[in-house]
Amino acid sequence: MSGPQSVGSPRTLTRTGPVIPSSLLAMVALVLTEIMLFAALISSFLIVKADASIWPPLGQPRLPVIVTAVNTGFLLGSGFMFFLANRRFRVGDFPASRKLMGMAVFLGGVFVAVQGYEWSKLLGFGLTVTSSIYGSFFYLIIGFHALHAVGALVAMLHLFLTFGPQGQSASRFLGTQVFWYFVVGIWPILYYLVYLS
Amino acid sequence: MSEAHTHHEMSFWEKYVFSTDHKIIGFQYMFTGLFMALIGGFFVYVFRMQLAFPGIDVPGFGHVSELAYNSLVTNHGTIMIFWFAMPVLIAAFGNFLIPLMIGADDMVFPRINRLSYQIFLLSALVLIASFFVPNGGFGGSWTAYPPLSAEAQYNATPLGAPMWVIAVGLEFVAFLLGGINFITTLMNARAPGMKMYDIPIVLWMIVIASILFMCSVGPLLAGAIMLLFDQLIGTGFYNPAHGGDPLLWQHLFWFFGHPEVYVVLLPAMGIVAEIMAVFARKKLFGYKTILYSVFATGILSFVVWAHHQFIAGIDPRMANLFTVTTLIISVPIAELCFVYIATLYGASITFSTPMLWALAFMAEFLIGGVTGIFLGASGLDVYYHDTYFVVAHFHYTFVPIAIIGFYAGITYWFPKMFGRMLNEYWGKVHFWGTIIPFNFIFIPLFILGAAGQHRRISGYVHFPDLYTQDLQNLRIIATVSLIAMLAFQVVFIVNMVYSWFRGKKAEINPWKANTLEWTVPSPPPHGNFAEFPTVYRGPYEYSHPDREVDYWPQNEPGPDPAKSRK
Repeated sequence: MSGPQSVGSPRTLTRTGPVIPSSLLAMVALVLTEIMLFAALISSFLIVKADASIWPPLGQPRLPVIVTAVNTGFLLGSGFMFFLANRRFRVGDFPASRKLMGMAVFLGGVFVAVQGYEWSKLLGFGLTVTSSIYGSFFYLIIGFHALHAVGALVAMLHLFLTFGPQGQSASRFLGTQVFWYFVVGIWPILYYLVYLS
Repeated sequence: MSEAHTHHEMSFWEKYVFSTDHKIIGFQYMFTGLFMALIGGFFVYVFRMQLAFPGIDVPGFGHVSELAYNSLVTNHGTIMIFWFAMPVLIAAFGNFLIPLMIGADDMVFPRINRLSYQIFLLSALVLIASFFVPNGGFGGSWTAYPPLSAEAQYNATPLGAPMWVIAVGLEFVAFLLGGINFITTLMNARAPGMKMYDIPIVLWMIVIASILFMCSVGPLLAGAIMLLFDQLIGTGFYNPAHGGDPLLWQHLFWFFGHPEVYVVLLPAMGIVAEIMAVFARKKLFGYKTILYSVFATGILSFVVWAHHQFIAGIDPRMANLFTVTTLIISVPIAELCFVYIATLYGASITFSTPMLWALAFMAEFLIGGVTGIFLGASGLDVYYHDTYFVVAHFHYTFVPIAIIGFYAGITYWFPKMFGRMLNEYWGKVHFWGTIIPFNFIFIPLFILGAAGQHRRISGYVHFPDLYTQDLQNLRIIATVSLIAMLAFQVVFIVNMVYSWFRGKKAEINPWKANTLEWTVPSPPPHGNFAEFPTVYRGPYEYSHPDREVDYWPQNEPGPDPAKSRK
């Protein structure tokens, strides 16, 4: 593989630094686990749905497809804002980056708030976690996503509030960013599989 | 690193309890794991006594009711796999060895590492607490199939069952955090000059095991949350009456459960590889072959899970498919065994205690592996499923992995961990006193299983076909051997404690090994390396013809034989 080398040529001994920063690598490993977790939840849901003769079960309300579609837009917008914040961060334009971070937190917060409002309505219509297997899976999967969203938003808010003139710890910025992309990226899949199909 | 060394004197609590030092965390994992193993060992003593002498008052426990029997068996399995094999093999050796062997001062995320142990300790406490709640600990087997596990009216442990699920869930979160650390540290904190193929094989094994764990644990966590909801809130994820599916749990569980076998196997195989190279004084045969075989095993381990469910009502066509993948996965594992034997071929072997354990691992694991092929064939499994043949089979894999693997590792690294040598004579007494009874426990169980003895029955008095004198004699042989094996563990405990305080002082490199942990004092100080090492060659350059001494430490400046070979 490597070309012919003289006997005993010393190796390159400089520590060149890791190819992937540690915070990114660790977050990617965590996201990998999370993807498997959501994959399991979704495949469980699809299996149970395939077994059922009538889906959704009789007497259960329909999910708010249109409102959630709009809400999906907010979430994707939030992810895009973080993406833009990252671009400003990289060139060292920290005030602009901070502003975009704030937008990302705000749009993410809107998403969670609208979801919460829709949940309260669904509960009023009789879709609860024990009302049917449909309700159980809905609250399990969407609730799990909501928990991730809230956790990520807290981390993002903290990032936003501790943004100094010198910017922010690059590794924390990177780690939070990857996690938020995961939360944003998995949502359209969940929306399609749970709300639309 | 210099700043890390000038800090103030640490109190006992800072130094040993809330430490972020990877070595201390490794010890915390090890001693917690060993303590849990004592509990697991006591449980097996109690229920084996009940099986050999049905209805007696077991000394130290008393009468074993059916409920208690179920709980003992369940928690024996749970503890030995989740609270002994995993913390000791992956977390303890991983934490202790990874930074030392790659020339780093600590893990990349020391505080996450500490949090990992704290969550693990909490999980152990939850599990232990579950034995003392009304109706006792969970008794629905370590695989926790619903509806038995989901409904208190069936398992009769309204508190024990959810606590068991919570404990297992917490434990997995702990290993998740540990695994993230292992992967990141191995990738990003290696000494200058240490390339991918210069990493000692045991570290590869631990890290690949961590990756397998992280890829497989998600589905089990998802399943556990659903199970907990079924238990506590009354959802029906696994209840057909509510539109759920009990088979779903089995898929989620075994999707994790089968890779889990390799999660614990790989670190043990890595430990064995290190020991074999050192005591055979030969270069480890086929480093890359081992690595690629392990990658293949890891990938294949995700497509074999349904071989645990051949008689669970899955489609027979699917069973065929999983039979084929199961037989295929034995190819890379057999490859590993052959490669290890090739390392031994023509070597002048020193039969020290660690080497004896390493060789015993190969011999005993082979029996476990070969009997697995019987069970992997879906036709034969219809007969063998849920008999003691299965029990004997997986103990022939898990005992070599967890117990023999642990003893191999601890006898080999003890001088580095505690700065003293273990007593060789008593080490060998302990070795033979463990290995011989071990075979006398489980060979009778193979015969009993072939005779049709079903698992999960607390006594065979009411089964006239199984309660014959011949079969009962076999049960008594197994139980007596078990007690002998447990008794010989006292030899180890005494040897360990005595050597820790009174043993011969260990040199820096007592085994004349090449890897970096043998270049620091025994035991290594906080921060490990006075000066960060540089690596010049792979870890297995033993008996090189150009050298007067038969080993070649990785950090010794000089040529890299792997390059000069062209």
